[in-house]
Amino acid sequence: MSSSWPLYEVFVRGKRGLNHVHVGSLHAADERMALTNARDLYTRRNEGVSIWVVRSDAITASTPDEKDPFFSPSGDKVYRHPTFYAIPDDVPHI
Amino acid sequence: MSGTDSAESATRLSAHFDATIAHDQRIEPRDWMPDGYRATLVRQIAQHAHSEIIGMQPEGEWITKAPSLRRKAILFAKVQDEAGHGLYLYSAAETLGIDRDELTERLLQGRQKYSSIFNYPTLSFADVGVIGWFVDGAAICNQVPLCRSSYGPYARAMVRVCKEESFHQRQGFELLLTMMRGTEAQRAQVQDAVDRWWWPSLMMFGPPDDDSPNSAQSMAWKIKRHSNDELRRRFVDMTVPQAEFLGVTLPDPELRWNEERGTHDFGTPDYAELMRVIKGDGPCNAQRMERRTKAHEDGAWVREAAAAHAAKQQALRETTKEGTAA
Ligand SMILES: [Fe+2]
Ligand SMILES: [Fe+2]
Repeated sequence: MSSSWPLYEVFVRGKRGLNHVHVGSLHAADERMALTNARDLYTRRNEGVSIWVVRSDAITASTPDEKDPFFSPSGDKVYRHPTFYAIPDDVPHI
Repeated sequence: MSGTDSAESATRLSAHFDATIAHDQRIEPRDWMPDGYRATLVRQIAQHAHSEIIGMQPEGEWITKAPSLRRKAILFAKVQDEAGHGLYLYSAAETLGIDRDELTERLLQGRQKYSSIFNYPTLSFADVGVIGWFVDGAAICNQVPLCRSSYGPYARAMVRVCKEESFHQRQGFELLLTMMRGTEAQRAQVQDAVDRWWWPSLMMFGPPDDDSPNSAQSMAWKIKRHSNDELRRRFVDMTVPQAEFLGVTLPDPELRWNEERGTHDFGTPDYAELMRVIKGDGPCNAQRMERRTKAHEDGAWVREAAAAHAAKQQALRETTKEGTAA
């Protein structure tokens, strides 16, 4: 038996200046209901100033395994990190 | 040839899973996991979710009967939180590929259980206080270690739940403090509630370790972090000084501090009673399930109407879009 109400993923901005963060999911008949349900479920104690809801089946995701070759382009580029560069200790402010 | 390949890849996946657990990292929804791990999680999370939802009933009965607007508002907020806990947990269970409706179905058919504690009646308003103090207190003992459970969505749901449980326990204790400062009859009510809820609360931690068949595997998978008896002991140690402060007696003649072991000795709960209640033969099992079933059936037309409305609105939007495009 499958649910007649679709599943929505919920993202909450905790306060101004922060990103929206995924907090969980819920079922709702439509977007409006998903928003009000998300408010009642995930922000009962002022945990948020803004909510996004998106149908779970609208999300495209990479495969979960971090060993996946999908992420390999960033694996071998140590020169993208500041620690790659040797700078004498006495150079100020760097 | 391909048989060897898939066997090899299965070994590799399983080794990767074991290494993730060994390094205390979290398993996430789309990771490969052993079937047993998935099934154990679905069972445990669903049972936990059902407990939160059924747990709304014993206290919910007192919302309209609470003695002041303040107590009504507090109790209403608490019961609403328990609904929220149930939903956080169903949400976590769904990441394992099981549908929420299917879980509800399993509960209503009696194929999945909920905590034995909610099959006891709430006879007086003092019970509301004692539930907050004991039952939510025991839930905190159980749930705080689950915040480090190896399955990410479960652990994250537990973090959310634990933040809210502290209010539950404190409102219960404060309620009892207030009653203990009241009349002789009120103090007697509190003691009576303590006498009735103490042993069932200890049973919440489940059967003793030597009779808990799935525990070892759950601990090896780091779904559970501590054994039933260990958590039960922690609960007793935490609660005894609170009982002293409150001025009530915990109904266990064997309860005493063990200096040598640095913990309390206490009596053995009646585990035969626990088994009876789990199997459906507690004082309120039938009533709780009947109520849950009725709520589900009474809500059917609302679910259908909302879905029909959503479909109609969607169709309307599409016609308007087509109209604009043309
Ligand atoms: Fe709860
Ligand atoms: Fe609670």
